[in-house]
Amino acid sequence: MNHEHDHQTQQHNHEHSHDYGHDHQLPCKDILTNLNAYIDGELDNALCRDIETHIKSCPNCRIVVNTLKKTIQLYQMDGQETTLPDEARHRLMTRLDLDDYVAKE
Amino acid sequence: MNENINQQEISLEALQRKDKAAFAQLVAQNSDHIYRLALKMLGNPQDAEDILQETFIKAFNNIDGFEGRSKVSTWLYRIAVNESLSLLRKRKDNLTSIDASFETDDGDILPRQIIDWCCLPERELISDEARHYITEAIDTLSDANRATFLLRDVEGLSTREAAKVLDISESAVKVRLMRARMQLRESLTDFFANKLAKESA
Ligand SMILES: [Zn+2]
Repeated sequence: MNHEHDHQTQQHNHEHSHDYGHDHQLPCKDILTNLNAYIDGELDNALCRDIETHIKSCPNCRIVVNTLKKTIQLYQMDGQETTLPDEARHRLMTRLDLDDYVAKE
Repeated sequence: MNENINQQEISLEALQRKDKAAFAQLVAQNSDHIYRLALKMLGNPQDAEDILQETFIKAFNNIDGFEGRSKVSTWLYRIAVNESLSLLRKRKDNLTSIDASFETDDGDILPRQIIDWCCLPERELISDEARHYITEAIDTLSDANRATFLLRDVEGLSTREAAKVLDISESAVKVRLMRARMQLRESLTDFFANKLAKESA
């Protein structure tokens, strides 16, 4: 089963939010414009509330927001697991002539 | 890892008189971050280790010129990003990245695929295959967008700090970050939509 909308339709929908059959106070376009700031929690309360209201009744925007947040989260998790291997750390300290300061385990 | 050591303030004065203990502390606090950034920028551990070493050697040699207007960590990131970008330029036989996003006239980026894969079970989202894909997907970003995404979303720098590291305006950071995030979202959607189709089959 494929949930994918074809690209043209999507583009169209985002330019005319009323196509969803909801009377949004904010058009989808405004969600896109403020997406980054919304995700980063940088919007003032009023705009933030408007976006949340919109998202509740607009499945497409909700999916975009949720998958975008999830994408970022997966990269953060991946990042947290990446650390400098011990051998590389030792080579670094040697190269920098800081062998004496290698942390004792 | 020892959190206390990691959070101690390092005196710039000690660094500038080339105090070895202070340098060792600087390395301890920043080497994981610099290595991770370089690894994600360059995609291979050997290059990442070279950049890591180069970054600290440059820092040691040029610490006198560091004026302390930004955090030392920001300055280190800056050296590491510049070293990484210059290595990438040398390598430029690598395929040019495709900017997969769609932009409207006023610069908004339109999502291409609307598929809700967030509901996939955790084991699908963090399977070895998924993690491998996630690692590779970041290489499809342009170097500039990748650096911005890594600094902001993986390293957790503020827009202002990332702008300093990259020597671009804060609004340019925002534009690049948006492009990177949206492009990665599409890439992960390509992958996870497939998994979703299999789950529900
Ligand atoms: Zn919407």
